Amino acid sequence: MDRIPILKLGRALLVSIQVDIHDRLAKALEEDLSERIVATGARGVMIDISGLEIVDSFMGRMLDNIAAVSRLLDADTVVVGMRPAVAITLVELGLSLTGVKTALNVERGMTLIGSGQYEEIEGDDAPGGGDERDEG
Amino acid sequence: MEDGFAALSKIVSERESEIVAHWRQLLVTASGGTGRIKDAEVEKQCRDFLSAFAAGLGAGATVATDPAFDSARELLGGVSQSRANQGFTPTETATFVFSLKEPLFEQVRASYPDDTARVASLGWDMTQILDQLGLYTMEVYQRSREDVVRRQQDEIAELSTPVVKLWEGILALPLIGTLDSARTQVVMENLLQAIVDQSADLAIIDITGVPTVDTLVAQHLLKTIAAARLMGADCIVSGIRPQIAQTMVHLGVELDVVSKATLADALALAFQRTGRTVVRKAVAKG
Repeated sequence: MDRIPILKLGRALLVSIQVDIHDRLAKALEEDLSERIVATGARGVMIDISGLEIVDSFMGRMLDNIAAVSRLLDADTVVVGMRPAVAITLVELGLSLTGVKTALNVERGMTLIGSGQYEEIEGDDAPGGGDERDEG
Repeated sequence: MEDGFAALSKIVSERESEIVAHWRQLLVTASGGTGRIKDAEVEKQCRDFLSAFAAGLGAGATVATDPAFDSARELLGGVSQSRANQGFTPTETATFVFSLKEPLFEQVRASYPDDTARVASLGWDMTQILDQLGLYTMEVYQRSREDVVRRQQDEIAELSTPVVKLWEGILALPLIGTLDSARTQVVMENLLQAIVDQSADLAIIDITGVPTVDTLVAQHLLKTIAAARLMGADCIVSGIRPQIAQTMVHLGVELDVVSKATLADALALAFQRTGRTVVRKAVAKG
């Protein structure tokens, strides 16, 4: 069975959806992603949907679900690269993905994830090392 | 009355030149000699239509919708369309067909000088078929006018929803006129495309030119803002006039977005959010 690859980038996970997604694939992605968040201790999940041309209410709900699951596991979700037509469709379907952060492209999404709390968390990761460098 | 139509067809094709001459003269008189259409063109239209009309009658057509009249209807459609586009009135357009009655009837009378009953029955057949063709002319006229109106509507919608770039990554969308569903769609598409093209992360929606904001307009605005957010761009609403703000509160319209009174304020906020400051330099007076 096909799987959508999940890439680890620092403390974030990157999912790039480049094929038209069907229900079973979406369900598998949801399961894989929650397992990987726990396994890697990721703090951010970025979903790149620039390759997605067709979207339906199931797809919108899947994005909402992923965001909700990630939030429970203490990771933020950023959806990037949405096409104008997809955005209009989602709004017309009444799915504004209020629990999800959005960015225009992967680059901006990385800045969003990289900014704020995540850098502090990276620093917290090695408290001893950080202190030594400060003194030296 | 099958033979009646065959007889009409015979009269039309045999006495074509007389009919055309008389018809043309009537058309020139009716148009008051404004000369909007060249005489040669009118004559060609008359001749073409008459031969198509005769052919249709000869093929046994008894109603205007008969396939045998296809070419006649097509010709009439072309005449009607071109007149509608040239700004002819409905009366002037319909006159083209209706003024054919007189010369045709005259020729029918001349063909049967002693048989009044025959003349009356042929006259009735002729009137009926020409009336149907006249109605068809009006339908085409109406349709071409509607096309013009629709095209203009599209153009207005296109013209009144510009997306302008204010600064690197900051877009402005000055809305003018009432927002209905169709316009919201155009506005949304334009804005989202501009966000992609300019890689903008802030959009200022200025509603100074929107005359009223009711619940429906507010809903359309919120939809646009939600779609822009999905693309990763934040929206600021500006230009809410005092009366409109009051009306909105009275109506209970909730616009749960960042809003500023003027476009200048919104731009200042956009600068602040993107980490820019505006500094005024002392200018030496020349």
